[in-house]
Amino acid sequence: MDLLREAIGSALRLLAGGDAYTLEVLRLSLWVSLSATACALAVGLPLGMAIAIGRFPGRRLLLAVVNTGMGLPPVVVGLVVTVLLWRSGPLGALGLLYTPAAMTFAQAVIALPLVVALSAAALQQVDDEFRLQLRGLGASRLRSLWEVAREARLPLLAAAMAGFGAAISEVGAALMVGGNLRGQTRVLTTAAVLETSKGNFDLALAFGVVLLLLAFVVNLALTLAQLHSRPSSR
Amino acid sequence: MTALLELRDVVVRAGDRTILHVPALTLDAGETLTVLGPNGAGKSTLLRVAGLLLRPDAGQVLLDGQPAREDTLRHATAAVLQRPLLRRGTVASNAGIGLRFRGVGRREAHQQAAPWLDRLGIAHLRDRPARLLSTGEGQRVSLARALATTPRLLLLDEPFAALDEPTRGRLVLDLRELLAKHQVAALLVTHDRREAAALAHRTAVLDQGRLLAVGATEDILADPALSPLVGGASLLDAELARLERRRPASSSAQPCPNDHGEGERDAQRRGRG
Repeated sequence: MDLLREAIGSALRLLAGGDAYTLEVLRLSLWVSLSATACALAVGLPLGMAIAIGRFPGRRLLLAVVNTGMGLPPVVVGLVVTVLLWRSGPLGALGLLYTPAAMTFAQAVIALPLVVALSAAALQQVDDEFRLQLRGLGASRLRSLWEVAREARLPLLAAAMAGFGAAISEVGAALMVGGNLRGQTRVLTTAAVLETSKGNFDLALAFGVVLLLLAFVVNLALTLAQLHSRPSSR
Repeated sequence: MTALLELRDVVVRAGDRTILHVPALTLDAGETLTVLGPNGAGKSTLLRVAGLLLRPDAGQVLLDGQPAREDTLRHATAAVLQRPLLRRGTVASNAGIGLRFRGVGRREAHQQAAPWLDRLGIAHLRDRPARLLSTGEGQRVSLARALATTPRLLLLDEPFAALDEPTRGRLVLDLRELLAKHQVAALLVTHDRREAAALAHRTAVLDQGRLLAVGATEDILADPALSPLVGGASLLDAELARLERRRPASSSAQPCPNDHGEGERDAQRRGRG
């Protein structure tokens, strides 16, 4: 218990004191995970939209694959991405292995199924006839899709947050494709693993607390957004 | 005179089955045409084809005698469906959304839609969240939203079906007045002969996807051969008549002191229109 209390105090001291190492790790974590979430959203929202309102052969199979992907082990993703980016691999020429870009790629792959499945579920909640009504009022196809997404914006926000949560909290893939190089690819999770292995439990726990604080801030933002738009939205 | 809208040899199929076949159907400017028929007759499919919300498998939809392009027709028409299907936001933002789809700015759309909220008797609701409205109020917003786009043709897919009887009656009469005053043509799909009687210049009868008859509403409603399809005296009407015959003459119901309220509000609303 003392260790935990000490860790929380240590984490707050590190953040408040502007510890360069901690801030560097925090900054890279945020950058990699936010980029990964943005990539997952860019691919996942249209896919979720297609699954939710499209009618095409293989739609159910795609949904089953996506649902299965929600339980994708990060280590497997890390392994596959490593093989892809390995010097002699199909994408080896890009020279991305052990860079933040590789970590972004791996985290985006992990977040993608969550974003697709949750956004599809969110968009399916919007009445089928709503889009027909919008078209009947003169909306173009694209505008009607935008309006459907607008109707489902709160659950879509939750899908984005879930994707971000999956990205920032995973450790296996980041370790494998990033290499945990200080100043280059070290993020909160890999730093916590390293400090634990060195026996620096207070610092490892401090990184853990920073992660928890991040999760709290993200969820607080989501809750406030929900409270803000429930009573009446424009 | 060239018809405003014409359906020519329209066929819609679902798999091997033909669910709609309309050899010819026209609608003139300012005219209200009702499509009557039982459930599953293909009425809503016909309405969707008329607005090109559904592409027919064969045939043509003509606007002003020319094959209609989807974007042209969409801007000439506005649809009102059975349920209001309002978006998030206030009544005012909902009322202006059709105009926004036509490229009108937010503020201007609100301004242009405001008189229609007034004409439909819901101006006092303009700042209320649309999701908090009753079905009747929501359907008035839905009508205001469609009429605010000043369509040449209003596509109405059983817009009164989800309303209770007094609300339905008031809204039908209000709509009749607005259509006549603003010379908007309307294609109304319904299975209620009273709505046809109140609104339509002409009536078409559809059954199992086939167009059986088109003619003056009074002729169609009086045709005994079409009676089973256009909601002539139903089994429930017979039950009601039986109950009324059993009622002793002395037990006639006293009018409720508040009954006059609806009529007064109705008169006020029409006065504003």
